[in-house]
Amino acid sequence: MRAAVVTFPGSNCDRDLRVAMERVFDRPVASLWHAETELPPLDLVGLPGGFSYGDYLRCGAIAARSPIMGEIRRLARRGVAVLGICNGFQILTEAGLLPGALVRNMRLSFVCRPVRIAVATTASPFTNAYAQGQELTLPVAHHDGNYVIDPEGLARLEAEDRIAFRYLDNPNGSTADIAGVLGPQRNVLGMMPHPERACDPLLGGEDGVLLFRSLLAMLT
Amino acid sequence: MATAEITPQELAEHGLTPEEYARIREILGRPPRPVELGIFSVMWSEHCSYKSSRIHLRKFPTEAPWVVCGPGENAGVVDIGDGQVAVFKMESHNHPSFIEPYQGAATGVGGILRDVFTMGARPVAILDALRFGAPDHPRTRHLLAGVVAGIGGYGNCVGVPTVGGETSFHRAYNGNILVNAMCVGIAPRDRVFYARAAGVGNPVVYVGAKTGRDGIHGATMASAEFSEDAEAKRPTVQVGDPFMEKLLIEACLELMASDCIVAIQDMGAAGLTSSSFEMAARGGTGIELDLDAVPLREANMSAYEIMLSESQERMLMVLARGREAEARAVFAKWELDFAIIGRVTDSGRMVVRHRGEVVADVPVAPVSGGSPVYDRPWRLPDPPVPFISDDQTVHLSPREVLLRLLSCPDLASRRWIWEQYDHSVMADTVAGPGGDAAVVRVHGTKKGLALTVDCTPRYCRADPRMGGRQAVAEAYRNLVAVGARPLAITDCLNFGNPERPDIMGQFVGCIEGMAEACRALSFPVVSGNVSLYNETDGQAVLPTPEVGGLGLIEDLAKRTGLAFDADGLHLVLIGEVTGWLGQSVFQREILGREEGAPPPVDLLLEKRHADFVAAQIEAGRLRACHDLADGGLAVAMAEMCLASGRGGRLSVPAEVPSLFGWLYGEDQARYLLAVAPEHLRPLLEEAAAAGVIAREVGVTGGDALIIDGMPPISLEELRRCHEGWLPAWMDGGEGSESGSWR
Repeated sequence: MRAAVVTFPGSNCDRDLRVAMERVFDRPVASLWHAETELPPLDLVGLPGGFSYGDYLRCGAIAARSPIMGEIRRLARRGVAVLGICNGFQILTEAGLLPGALVRNMRLSFVCRPVRIAVATTASPFTNAYAQGQELTLPVAHHDGNYVIDPEGLARLEAEDRIAFRYLDNPNGSTADIAGVLGPQRNVLGMMPHPERACDPLLGGEDGVLLFRSLLAMLT
Repeated sequence: MATAEITPQELAEHGLTPEEYARIREILGRPPRPVELGIFSVMWSEHCSYKSSRIHLRKFPTEAPWVVCGPGENAGVVDIGDGQVAVFKMESHNHPSFIEPYQGAATGVGGILRDVFTMGARPVAILDALRFGAPDHPRTRHLLAGVVAGIGGYGNCVGVPTVGGETSFHRAYNGNILVNAMCVGIAPRDRVFYARAAGVGNPVVYVGAKTGRDGIHGATMASAEFSEDAEAKRPTVQVGDPFMEKLLIEACLELMASDCIVAIQDMGAAGLTSSSFEMAARGGTGIELDLDAVPLREANMSAYEIMLSESQERMLMVLARGREAEARAVFAKWELDFAIIGRVTDSGRMVVRHRGEVVADVPVAPVSGGSPVYDRPWRLPDPPVPFISDDQTVHLSPREVLLRLLSCPDLASRRWIWEQYDHSVMADTVAGPGGDAAVVRVHGTKKGLALTVDCTPRYCRADPRMGGRQAVAEAYRNLVAVGARPLAITDCLNFGNPERPDIMGQFVGCIEGMAEACRALSFPVVSGNVSLYNETDGQAVLPTPEVGGLGLIEDLAKRTGLAFDADGLHLVLIGEVTGWLGQSVFQREILGREEGAPPPVDLLLEKRHADFVAAQIEAGRLRACHDLADGGLAVAMAEMCLASGRGGRLSVPAEVPSLFGWLYGEDQARYLLAVAPEHLRPLLEEAAAAGVIAREVGVTGGDALIIDGMPPISLEELRRCHEGWLPAWMDGGEGSESGSWR
């Protein structure tokens, strides 16, 4: 398993994601700077949470045009697993790698709390170690996590079984309680909850561990 | 060069007195140039010079074997073992937050973060102590919403968790809210950076955001009373850019891993002026500055504006000569400005040039350390008379009282606030908001830092000395209650106009009380901030000496919290119960009065009880532990039930003189413990042997809180009461139903 996490200016969960991956994968995870355009061979790339470029335009909009994103697009087409969490999810939608968009939370304020979500499909490299319908508790921490998609897009996601997670207590107003979606080839996942913050019993849970374990099983 | 005398009007505009002006003339041997006048104005402002407070601040104990650096630097430093130190400080941003709550609070967070990472520490936690006016005051809701959004907007973006804090309401803050932010960072012990310029010829380097016209004379504003036209001061509030700050943190920490930096200081209040003067003063050097090299956001800024701008997210460094290129590359990577704007000299003078002209040439030491020091007259309030309560005057049942207290503005859940703060980023938050103290793991270890902010302003007003003691004692208890060894405090002393003897009396009394407690508990002050002139139109805030406490948990497996994890545990109350209701929340909310003496704080008892509780935690006997504070025993019990999702029974001894005193009295030095049956006897025996009053007061279990003699209160009802008030009020609901304090 060769994994890396990208740091954009303003990323702030890059270390957390790397630490969680290293803990489950039991091997070093590389750190990539957003300006890089030549990447080492990889099986998994993580786009972490944070406020890339301050999110002063739409969240993720500027990072989606960072030099490294050309390479990430190419890797995604080749089937390499790409995991975007929180700001990473926003970047993936802005980059066109995932459908839909993330807009301001319904209640308009930032929300940080553990939420319950259900695993909506196990047919992906990110979720195969979970049980279908398994209930997880993962923290969310975002201002713009309200997932919107047009009815046709939603119908397509549902028909293709590409909704990875659904909220059981929707914290942000997301369409169809969507907490995470898969790309058309199922190798790209964007999700608002933070699995990397739920990989240690000391921090209130380990429900995120199986996501990384799924990847480990699929990619090695 | 001939310079004109300064007119009395100019002097007044600069907040300087005629006596201070005479002193300036004496130092310079001539009238000051305009830029020099500006420099003296900010450097000798109360905010920067501590001229009214300095002689009293000396009373604090500041040393202990684990203290690496006490007051006087950007932040305090304590040893946490294994070659690491914790760096922490608290600071106020009261005036700006009242004028523009979002930016005021946001830049308060930004400033305190810089104080910590400028010393080489990675910030790991933020806490905030907030004081607002009465809930039914027309501005309160707007101010609270703005301040919370501002703290979140900044802290969430930089990716440092906001893990704790406190919020209270009182009409005395109607015209002058308090926003105190504390930041804690961790650094390698051998890589702490100080702000001492050294090495003649070394370059003085400016990094970070460009300089604009914002915040000019912010420090002077913070040193004067407000009046009705506070709105007109909005242009002196700075605007924060947390993204820039995040880049600055990463760039500075990256450069700090090398040995390029000789000294570093953030540009906070009084901007380039104070940062350059303080670095030169601490190092005993001089500095030459070339303002033409300063990165500017706006064209045609004058030297005066450049020197006094309080634009945010800027740092000043002295680099080792020859390392400029290396340093510049780091800042280029992070897309930040980097400019060499001066040199260190041995002249002992600050020489500032702009457009080919010397605009300031002043000796460093008299400006930086030579401000006038005032021993202002002070008067303590009359000693308060103990309040005698009479249960017969209460027309509510004890059950109604409990529900009323749990939903009153000062005790209702703060969830609405802290859910807007990212408290789990960095993935080391072991205990976030809502407990006695927050607990943050020291990254990569099994150790934790326990953090709390505490003050009970109504106690301080009634009896400043006792209130000062209590603030320190409560912080100590909160740390002990989570299993930490308290190490040190930072403080933020918020008071009214020190030129009034009664306000100065509050200040002196609180400091002396705090100092006594710090000494008795070996809990020194390592950093702090003084905020005076918190008044609007002559109405001062309550004396609010906020205490930020830091403790160390050696092994996180041994920490405790307020949630008990099983039914059938025994509840043991540590400490004496006199039923003290003077200055209690009960007295204010139920009786509609704010009077009498606050509960006395016996420091020997505090120490003895804390040592006992710490030993019981160490022995693994406690399944839960909670400090008793506002609202007393019954409120503490309810909070434990809510945190646990379990009920419990609280028994009331037959012989109590006042039922309300027993349940809601605020006697100090108390803890409520949950103990497994097999540990009860040894615990009680050890308490007896140590001279600690310990008595069994109940048992855990069920889905309701049952207090002897009253109908059970279901957890659901408790939760509804406790959680309901703040969101309902923010949505436009009623302020409060109760009494005199509005």
